Amino acid sequence: MYEVRFHGRGGQGAVTAANILAIAAVKQGFYAQSFPYFGVERRGAPVQAFTRIDNKRIDLRMNVYNPDAVVVLDPSLMEVVDVTEGLKEGGIIVINTSKKPEEFQLGNYRVATVDATKIAIDHKLGSLAAPIVNTAILGAYAKAVGNVKIDYVIEAIRENAPAKREENALAAKDAYEQTILGW
Amino acid sequence: MTRMMIRGNESIAYAFKLARVQVVPAYPITPSTLVPEKISEFIANGEMKAEFVPVESEHSAMSAAIGASARGVRVGTATASQGLALMHEVLFIASGMRLPIVMGIGNRALSAPINIWCDHQDMMAERDSGWMQFYAESNQEGLDLGIMAFKIAEDNRVLLPAMVGIDAFVLTHTVEPVDMPEQEDVDDFLGEFVPHYVTLDPEKPATLGSFGFPEHYMEFKYGQWIAMNRAKEVIEEVFAEFEKKFGRKYAKVTPEFAEDADILLVTMGSMTSTTREFVKKMREKGKKVGLVKLTVFRPFPKEELREVLKNAKVVAVLERNISFGFGGAVYAELSSALSTLKEKPKVVDFIIGLGGRDITFKSLEEALSVAEKAMNEDVDEVNWIDVNKEAVLKAEGLL
Repeated sequence: MYEVRFHGRGGQGAVTAANILAIAAVKQGFYAQSFPYFGVERRGAPVQAFTRIDNKRIDLRMNVYNPDAVVVLDPSLMEVVDVTEGLKEGGIIVINTSKKPEEFQLGNYRVATVDATKIAIDHKLGSLAAPIVNTAILGAYAKAVGNVKIDYVIEAIRENAPAKREENALAAKDAYEQTILGW
Repeated sequence: MTRMMIRGNESIAYAFKLARVQVVPAYPITPSTLVPEKISEFIANGEMKAEFVPVESEHSAMSAAIGASARGVRVGTATASQGLALMHEVLFIASGMRLPIVMGIGNRALSAPINIWCDHQDMMAERDSGWMQFYAESNQEGLDLGIMAFKIAEDNRVLLPAMVGIDAFVLTHTVEPVDMPEQEDVDDFLGEFVPHYVTLDPEKPATLGSFGFPEHYMEFKYGQWIAMNRAKEVIEEVFAEFEKKFGRKYAKVTPEFAEDADILLVTMGSMTSTTREFVKKMREKGKKVGLVKLTVFRPFPKEELREVLKNAKVVAVLERNISFGFGGAVYAELSSALSTLKEKPKVVDFIIGLGGRDITFKSLEEALSVAEKAMNEDVDEVNWIDVNKEAVLKAEGLL
């Protein structure tokens, strides 16, 4: 079982990202489940969403406490939330940032970075002030984690993005190509 | 059949669409808002031919559902928690008038303190409203039970309304794979809705839901009693027919790893999944623990429970509700059902996961350790799991 935790801010699409990753995983032949942190969502407030991926039916319905990977949609969250909390030793952190992986000192984790904000703006996703980065960051996930292939991620985005499906698919593809892996 | 990735709320909406529900009066409430939202979308897209009635409260939603059902059409609605509580007085009218309405419930805690998360208190508080009660473990079960509920409710031997509970957030907002049956198969399974009762019809005027004087009232209630008892066999028939047609097996009571088990954990709803994984882990450790899933709470499957539980040493009831001054509702009913057995297992109650408190392996370990202790010695009848007891006892002036 592979567990992923998404950190975002209300309105950035972290919940949709978790859902699309689950859909892509199922397309690839896995079983998957996704759910938001069961809270009251407010725009701009820190939010979490989760995806579980497995080869067999998933029979777990408790929260994710020890994810294998963490995806950070907004780097400013890292100042207020410990995004590594519970992350398994050697786990992967995918961060939306213009920085390089070696600029982060987070412990024994593999860091992958991508400038999803720039990619989202280039594809006119969301507004300049509030770009929608969730599809771009999924491209980075596909590159950094690799268990769900980029083709399935793109297919899932094309079928499920709430708007601008083609632009979102291209954003994921660009992010996949531009992701920098640490270590 | 198509495999879809949907939320529990969508399971209920799809069940209504596939059942060709004709009238949906609804008032949105967290966590079941997506049900009316999705249905409105189906209707707007022309995928579903139904009348959506946006009402101003849940009380009105159920009142409109009663009116529509009395006209002789298939009716569905959805609500949760305070919304269901607000329907309270009207629920008795739906069942008393023998109207086969189906309602999806996003099982959520009741205020105060205000809380939008999962427990079963909302449906348990309506235990005696004369509605059948089904609890889903997964989104697939939400869909399947939603479809079957119509067939059971509309059966001439039953004619009673039904609630299908899907746990708040844990199911309502969780996306997972669901096998969606074909429309023609559901049409074939349910058949066209033909009301087997006098309906509101201007051509043939009739009075429905009228006065029942003391010389008649009790006969109406006895009729509901008979109908609820007959629902037991109808549920069994419908579950069997569903399995034949769609390949998925349902039972009022489902034992797993139970045959040689000393301790049986009784669960309802989504907690069953995590408990199943927990039981598998315990089996690997050589512990004789089993699981008994309760899918139908009304009518209460006494006979099946007696059969499944009779050989266990300890029955641990895990439940997301509390009847203050006694214990959990499932514990109360199950103990009473087992009282006719000559040799009976010890029944221990566990209040767990109220207001969305996560049910984890650690919670289940805590419950199991008490159940293991109960094998050899007396333990408390009612045990609260995962609670900061010290803080509460201090606040109540006991520490």
